[in-house]
Amino acid sequence: MTAPALTAPAFAAFAPFTLLGAVTILVMLLIAIRRDHRLIALSTIAGLLLCCIALPLAAPASPVAVTPLFVIDGAALFYAGLVLVSALVVAALSWIYLDRVGEGPREEYYLLLLTATLGAAILPASVHFASFFLGIETLGISLLGLIAYAGPRGSAAEAGTKYLILSGAASAFLLFGMALIYAAFGTMSFARIGALAHEAGPADLYRLAGIALILAGVGFKLSLVPFHMWTPDVYEGAPAPVTAFIAVVSKIAVFAVILRFFALAGGHADASLRAGIAAVAILSMLAGNLLALLQTNVKRLLAYSSIAHLGYLLVAFLAAPALGVDAAAYYLAAYAVTSLGAFGIVALLSAPGAGRDADRIEDYRGLFRTRPFLAAGLALMLLSLAGMPPTMGFIAKFYLVVAGVGTALFWPVAALLLGSVIGLFYYLRLLIAMGLPPSPEDDPARRLDVPVSGRALIGVLMVALVVLGTYPAPVMSFIKMMLG
Amino acid sequence: MILFWLILFPTVGGVLAWIAGARDPDAPRWVAIAVLTLELLVALPLIGAALAPGHGAWIAQFDHSWIPQLGISFELDLDGLSLVLILLTIVLSLVCVVISWTEITDRSGLFHANLLWTTAGVIGVFLALDLFLFFFFWELMLVPMYFIIALWGHENRSYAAIKFFLFTQGSGLLMLVSILVLVFIHQRATGDLTFDYLALLGTKMSPTTGFLLMLGFFIAFAVKLPAVPFHTWLPDAHTEAPTAGSVLLAGILLKTGAYGLIRFVVPLFPAAAHAFAPVAMALAVAGILYGALLAFGQNDLKRLVAYSSVSHMGFVLLGVFAWSTLALQGVVVQMLAHGISTGALFVLVGALQERIHTRDMRRMGGLWGMVPRLSACGMFFAIASLGLPGLGNFIGEFLILLGSFQASVVFTVIATFGLVAAAAYSLLLVQRAFHGAPQEPAHHRAIADLSPPHLAVMAVLVVAIVGLGLYPQPVVDEVAPGLAAVQHSAAVSAALPEHVAERAP
Repeated sequence: MTAPALTAPAFAAFAPFTLLGAVTILVMLLIAIRRDHRLIALSTIAGLLLCCIALPLAAPASPVAVTPLFVIDGAALFYAGLVLVSALVVAALSWIYLDRVGEGPREEYYLLLLTATLGAAILPASVHFASFFLGIETLGISLLGLIAYAGPRGSAAEAGTKYLILSGAASAFLLFGMALIYAAFGTMSFARIGALAHEAGPADLYRLAGIALILAGVGFKLSLVPFHMWTPDVYEGAPAPVTAFIAVVSKIAVFAVILRFFALAGGHADASLRAGIAAVAILSMLAGNLLALLQTNVKRLLAYSSIAHLGYLLVAFLAAPALGVDAAAYYLAAYAVTSLGAFGIVALLSAPGAGRDADRIEDYRGLFRTRPFLAAGLALMLLSLAGMPPTMGFIAKFYLVVAGVGTALFWPVAALLLGSVIGLFYYLRLLIAMGLPPSPEDDPARRLDVPVSGRALIGVLMVALVVLGTYPAPVMSFIKMMLG
Repeated sequence: MILFWLILFPTVGGVLAWIAGARDPDAPRWVAIAVLTLELLVALPLIGAALAPGHGAWIAQFDHSWIPQLGISFELDLDGLSLVLILLTIVLSLVCVVISWTEITDRSGLFHANLLWTTAGVIGVFLALDLFLFFFFWELMLVPMYFIIALWGHENRSYAAIKFFLFTQGSGLLMLVSILVLVFIHQRATGDLTFDYLALLGTKMSPTTGFLLMLGFFIAFAVKLPAVPFHTWLPDAHTEAPTAGSVLLAGILLKTGAYGLIRFVVPLFPAAAHAFAPVAMALAVAGILYGALLAFGQNDLKRLVAYSSVSHMGFVLLGVFAWSTLALQGVVVQMLAHGISTGALFVLVGALQERIHTRDMRRMGGLWGMVPRLSACGMFFAIASLGLPGLGNFIGEFLILLGSFQASVVFTVIATFGLVAAAAYSLLLVQRAFHGAPQEPAHHRAIADLSPPHLAVMAVLVVAIVGLGLYPQPVVDEVAPGLAAVQHSAAVSAALPEHVAERAP
């Protein structure tokens, strides 16, 4: 098979990704020229914004194959858009967060953020093991740097080390799985694998082992039970904006590529594989929610809750494509807005110099009185995570249940409902703490100053959450247009 | 369009109240009063429309495309049943604003926002005829109510608020699954994905499936009603909520459960509901007696009233599953009368607590000498609650018993004992709180009697309950077409499987 030449339409369609690469290099050069936190942060934000604007311009050229490694189609553009917009929000949050450090080198942070975003953005477009692995590693290695960033905090180094070792092991699993599949079919292209697997009939042990290893690697990145062990520690140790990035951007990217892999390579056909994924889903929903109950640390609580949410997402993954693909896309969008909002508020309330982020439940005591706007924002985000109207989380969960019931996935849907009820418990506990009188130690003079830009960002997310949660039809038809 | 306004006004009003609260703590009260008055002015003309001859059961409709991808539309329909419940909602919300005037001084903006949003959610529940929309409002009304309990409640509010939320939400999810299975069964049969209630009526399914789906709906509504054994959230939530919260809960939110049973459970699953009727009626009778018994044993005035609600709502459940015209009329009257009388009792308990800082009847007694107006009102509504002829509750309970007698003699006879028990606990309340010698000397100091706004509220509620007791016919006329329609659709869908069976070889 010869590689298609990089034709003009392919070049146009790939432009946003090329642009992102160019922005990364530009920011690197800028850092060399002039170390200025404000300048670097703003150029990163501007660069990401440019990439977001370039996406719709690339749409007319799609769908088109760009080398054997990538296909730029509606799904790739949709998920890349989600990744870029989320990265934009994270960049803005990081600016506010790191600005509070005052002194010291902070500029490389943005470089790592951009490379991580690049890795995440190309994943949804990947149709080949090489680009799949390349994307995941670019993302993962950049993340490693980001997690351990933010100087004096001991927990950051611990989290970084943990992530390094476990992420390395997961990559090894992933690579070995790919190797086994390659050994069976002699190709690394998803579509070829699908075609050959279809001819070859039921999977033999090697192929099953290969898929299982790939799933284990991916399960680690998505922090699904039983590969979730790193999640709470890393979420807790990483600086809050980075936590938001891991929770949102990396999850979206990896989920998108695995969706594509299964759609093209025909992994859905195998019953035992489906049963295994269903088991992982049920375990993630139940264990995530149950362990979240025990947490007194907000970042850990949100970490376990994100494990549960990825479990919910697997319901859409298992559902019939006619229902599941759209449901997953809407759910990921809702999850992105909600998690960015929740971690964003954590980031806005935290100062990197304090030794730890504002991550204990006591830090949120009396928030309704001390900071009514951020409290309302966090309340809305928590309600969305709990799946209550009038938020996107409600529609998203409803969409998942529609997909699950429509495909007669009895146990996963039952676990989803049970998990939701358990989940309510800890979201409400945090809400109650926010409603209590402020703790006596709270000193108004020592409260952090939250810049207007930060509040505006949360405001935008809140509006998106409510508007798209009460009038989801435009988003749904957009998703249908892009993915249908 | 008028139905859409009914939901939009309180929603927007809530936001306005919140904003207004930042400037002046009393401004949200005026905003709330203005919004609810406007609401009343919009709703009142509909009464006339309902009584005008020559139209079907539906008085007003509103239909707008909402989520076409999933066959969901923003469909609101109003019949007499919805209308009387909406009027009750608006009036009791107004009552809540007035009686919170002195009680809620902390963050009054947010409080009134939540109050108005609860109203919006409840009105939405009474209007929605798209099952998804109904579920949307069903969940939506939960959130502001949760905040009212959790932020402005009494000592043990966190526990009560979480319990309330978990019970309602957990059972709501069961209903969601039932809704979806019903929708997909309908889609398989007709190829049409829709959440429209009117389209889903008469969907054919196997008896087992029908029974399970019916249970999903029933449990959600039975929790809200509440029916024994799903009632345990209620005493906690009522007791810990601020006065306005208790009034909203008892007066309005419980009615959504009854409304759901009438509108959805029986018409959608007539055969299953018929099969289930003995169990439901047994639960109803258990609720009537158990609620009364527990009310009898309470020292906390609010808990007493809360348990009496369990008993009164047992009558509603009995009437719904008797499913005769008389019983259903009784259910509607009972819902209104219970909303008014229990609402009034909670207002009075709240007023008492504001004055003597306790709800414990062991520390009361002899209040009649100190606060005669309050005590007189208390006795009036206690007597209304025990079902004195001439007052609304009597009509409701009498009609329910009359209507249920045809359905089940045994259950009706046992339920009648509930009336005796009600007399016992109501009179005990009057005796212990208002009569006798004052229990604590400290309470001899002068305490204020009901203020003019409170008296005005009481006057309105007294007039309402006397009116309902002496001349209930207008209400019965108002809801008759609506009730006839649900009975008709239940009968039609119940008949369907038999037709199919006849045609089969």
